[in-house]
Amino acid sequence: MQTNQILALFCGTLLVLGLIAFFLGRAKAARVRAAGVSMHAQPDQYAWFSVLSTAGPAILVGAVGAFVMLLLGAEIPTLYLLAASLVVGCAGLAMGVYLVRPDFHARKAIESVIRFFLAGAALISIFTTFGILISIVGEAIRFFQMQSFWDFITGTTWNPGASFLAAAGRAEEGASAAQFGSIPLFAGTFMITALAMLVAIPVGLLSAIYMAEFAPQKVRTLAKPVLEVLAGIPTVVYGFFAAITVAPLIVDAAGFFGIDASFNNALAPGIVMGIMIIPFISSLSDDVINSVPDSMRQGSLALGMTKGETIRDVVVPAALPGIISASLLAVSRAMGETMIVVMAAGMRPNLTANPFEDMTTVTVRIVAALTGDQEFASAETLSAFALGLVLFVVTLSLNLVSVIMIRRFREKYRINNL
Amino acid sequence: MSQSFDEISAQLRRRHRKSARLKWVSMGALGLAGLFLVLFFADMLVKGLPAFQQTQIQVQVDYSERAAELPLAAVQEDVRPLVSRGYLRLIPGRMEDNPELLGTKRMEWVLADAEVDQYLKGHYTRLHDKEKAVVDELKAEGRAELRFNTTFFTSGDSKMPELAGIASAAMGTVMTLLVTLAVAFPIGVMTAVYLEEFAPDNRFTQLIEININNLAAIPSILFGLLGLAIFINFFGVPRSSPLVGGLTLALMTLPVIIIATRTALRSVPDAIRHAAFGVGCSRWQVVRDHVLPLALPGIMTGSIIGLAQAMGETAPLIIVGMVAFIPDVTASFSDAATVLPAQIFTWAGEPERAFIEKTSGGILVLLAVLITLNATAVVLRKKFERRW
Amino acid sequence: MNIQISERKMGPMSGHSAGEPVVRNDNANHELSVRVRDLNLWYGQNQALKNINVDVFQKNVTALIGPSGCGKSTFLRCLNRMNDLIPNVRLEGLISMDGRDVNEARMDEVALRRRVGMVFQKPNPFPKSIYDNVAYAPRMHDLVSRKADVDELVERALRDAGLWEEVKDKLQEPGTSLSGGQQQRLCIARAIAVQPEVILMDEPTSALDPISTATIEDLMDKLKQQFTIITVTHNMQQAARVADYTAFFHLGELIEYNDTQTMFSNPATKKAEDYITGRYG
Repeated sequence: MQTNQILALFCGTLLVLGLIAFFLGRAKAARVRAAGVSMHAQPDQYAWFSVLSTAGPAILVGAVGAFVMLLLGAEIPTLYLLAASLVVGCAGLAMGVYLVRPDFHARKAIESVIRFFLAGAALISIFTTFGILISIVGEAIRFFQMQSFWDFITGTTWNPGASFLAAAGRAEEGASAAQFGSIPLFAGTFMITALAMLVAIPVGLLSAIYMAEFAPQKVRTLAKPVLEVLAGIPTVVYGFFAAITVAPLIVDAAGFFGIDASFNNALAPGIVMGIMIIPFISSLSDDVINSVPDSMRQGSLALGMTKGETIRDVVVPAALPGIISASLLAVSRAMGETMIVVMAAGMRPNLTANPFEDMTTVTVRIVAALTGDQEFASAETLSAFALGLVLFVVTLSLNLVSVIMIRRFREKYRINNL
Repeated sequence: MSQSFDEISAQLRRRHRKSARLKWVSMGALGLAGLFLVLFFADMLVKGLPAFQQTQIQVQVDYSERAAELPLAAVQEDVRPLVSRGYLRLIPGRMEDNPELLGTKRMEWVLADAEVDQYLKGHYTRLHDKEKAVVDELKAEGRAELRFNTTFFTSGDSKMPELAGIASAAMGTVMTLLVTLAVAFPIGVMTAVYLEEFAPDNRFTQLIEININNLAAIPSILFGLLGLAIFINFFGVPRSSPLVGGLTLALMTLPVIIIATRTALRSVPDAIRHAAFGVGCSRWQVVRDHVLPLALPGIMTGSIIGLAQAMGETAPLIIVGMVAFIPDVTASFSDAATVLPAQIFTWAGEPERAFIEKTSGGILVLLAVLITLNATAVVLRKKFERRW
Repeated sequence: MNIQISERKMGPMSGHSAGEPVVRNDNANHELSVRVRDLNLWYGQNQALKNINVDVFQKNVTALIGPSGCGKSTFLRCLNRMNDLIPNVRLEGLISMDGRDVNEARMDEVALRRRVGMVFQKPNPFPKSIYDNVAYAPRMHDLVSRKADVDELVERALRDAGLWEEVKDKLQEPGTSLSGGQQQRLCIARAIAVQPEVILMDEPTSALDPISTATIEDLMDKLKQQFTIITVTHNMQQAARVADYTAFFHLGELIEYNDTQTMFSNPATKKAEDYITGRYG
């Protein structure tokens, strides 16, 4: 029998059992009540309890069985498993109907099951984080068993080409040994992130200042959705824009000044990434500036300060923790941004300070290592996880620092809406 | 002792100018952001709108015996390079299906080659001068014109630009998002309900909260690594399938839905909970019958926004292999599929000039859907916004 | 200060009610500081101030009392045009100071606020050090520039505000680290450091404990040697303790303006009497 058929059979039988449980439970409860005994719960609640006690154990047995089969490779005949789970279901049904008694708290029983499920759902987010951590760390460790951690951290040459041969057992044929020095990648990431911040922080912050402090209501209601549109554009679209429109423009402009620029220059992805991050910074800063208490502004204005001085010397310093926190989040986003750099930045690891040259980033190399037909166990494929691990650690620290800063800010002004 | 108003005003002149400068500079910054947006959309429209039109030319198709074996023979030599080879390839099949065609000659409107299309749209083309002359002649006779490009919406990917369309990618997007929604919505809402309504305020709950906020800020590509290592390599979910893509995106969308749902639940005033407790409802009944219905619009808004985000996501899907070349519309959740953003990514990497147009066209479709989704969310929020 | 509008000397007037300003405190200074004539103010459609006429005299404490929502704070904020910050405010009438209408088009509200300082209900020190809280405005206004002069001015302002002894060893600590009463005195020091002529106080003690309140009341008494103080309070005992003149507002109208003693011992209007004796408010 096919797995699908077995699954269908299982579901079908369970459905029937569930229906039986529902009606039996309700009928019994109604009968008891009709006899004039006061019960702890409504008949429907008893009915639902019966359903739960039928389906719950059956599904549990089925799931555990499937899990054991899949993961531990234990050979349990599927039919036996099916039969076992259905028998458990029947036993549950009998139990459920038996428990339909006036002194049984069916509602409380149901609700504790519900609560259990809700808590279980809440755990999934924890599992996700652990999943990311385990999957990355696990593979990264395998990588560091093949390659020296020290070379990875301090090396200035990233040349994974030969590792493919090594994985295939033909290491001797490679012209040179594979090298995994990640510094050029991080330098490229850093350069493009810095360029993006150079665009995003001034423009985003000033836009936020304009919207929060100067703009008439009409402009505000118009500008906010416009910025949201900017934020909603998929990164792959920005990447295309950077590669097809912005990069040639920059090459032309650089050529005009006599500078030799690569079509994969760092400037194009940097600027476009900056544009992408503008709304991120502006909306967070706008919130923070708006939550600086008005009494601050009034205190300054009442001293005979101009509006500009009030903003520069009082409002912005007061909002600074929030603004820094927004900028840190933005940095973390820029570092992890993938599509723009994959499409517009280069593939060549290049340790340079010249933004007109092509350079590559961590995320580009992750994508490059995991696309194409590579042996999964090759050092190049695994290097993606090592890079991912560093990316994870860096962005996680940035996020945590940012959370702590915004919490400080919130406590300082006792604001709860941030 | 004191200065008069005029004296003070005179001193203030410079400071007022500075203040005004801040105003203009900050206004300029906002204007710059708006300008970026306008430039971007203008660029996409200019590049992408032509993709919705495709050149067709009228040629004589000769359904001869020879054409059944060598489709190229079906059209005359002078227009042969101008006709889409994808169209010619179909001729033998059509002749098999309709035997009465054999031996007839018909004037038919057929799909032109992408190079002809580019030439007529005034772009760079690789056509020779002789071929250009033929096209010019056809155009002068009214036998070459731009028509609405239905192929773009009805066919899947192709290596021939004139035949490439977004149908398979659109289907892949729908299926992937179905998986995402089916997983992320219930789990997200349940998590939020637990955290807001049931969870005790202890260390563990705080840990979950910090964790959720952190998940929302993790680079999307790391979710791709998770999908690759856990879903594909560990659980054996088929690579490139809507199932694995949807699951990966679901984990990414989860925090968005949780945070939106919590905000919506929190905005339901406690008075309503107290009133329901007052008439003897249990905690679960309060949540199910009173709090959740009131929070529903907020939950929907958050979910739509999360879904729109997932829809534009590309990086993690590339990692789990959803950049495959998919010429036919995917039918199963476990078959290889691609999604719109991934299709855009693939096309952007094609060398032909005609694919730039296709890419921009795909982008316009994607943006239209995303903007519609977000606008729906905004309208929903406006409509159900309630001040307690 | 040079007064350009010379005010007629007012003799004792009895039975005065709103409409004409009055002065009857024989020990007090009779030089005019701010003159208000026919002041009306609307928030959108709501009229918040109706036909207010007041003369405020220099180097006195003038208290504005009345039940909440009566317009006393709104009136106070007209005097340094803080109401400009609120959208949809419309104002008619004359507020003159130093011979100029403060609402006229060429009046620079920033210049006005240099001469009319303000202390708010809740202490609102800037997120700066104690020293910078005081030094910030004088520096910006170019009142002082040399470090020694700034130091001296900060010390004098803090001394005048009665805070120097408490903070002289921690001038570089943030202003927000002080207690509520200290913060409010820091705000007063900040206001007097720019040497205004008038200081507006909007319920300066309502957020403070009784001991801090007493300190600030003593301070007001000292400060009136140098400054004209206009304070809003909803604490009648406070008005009776610190004010030379008292104005009673009710529902946007100025019911009675009198010297404090008369106001509390022998109010001219029934409404003021009812309020003072605690019938309402």
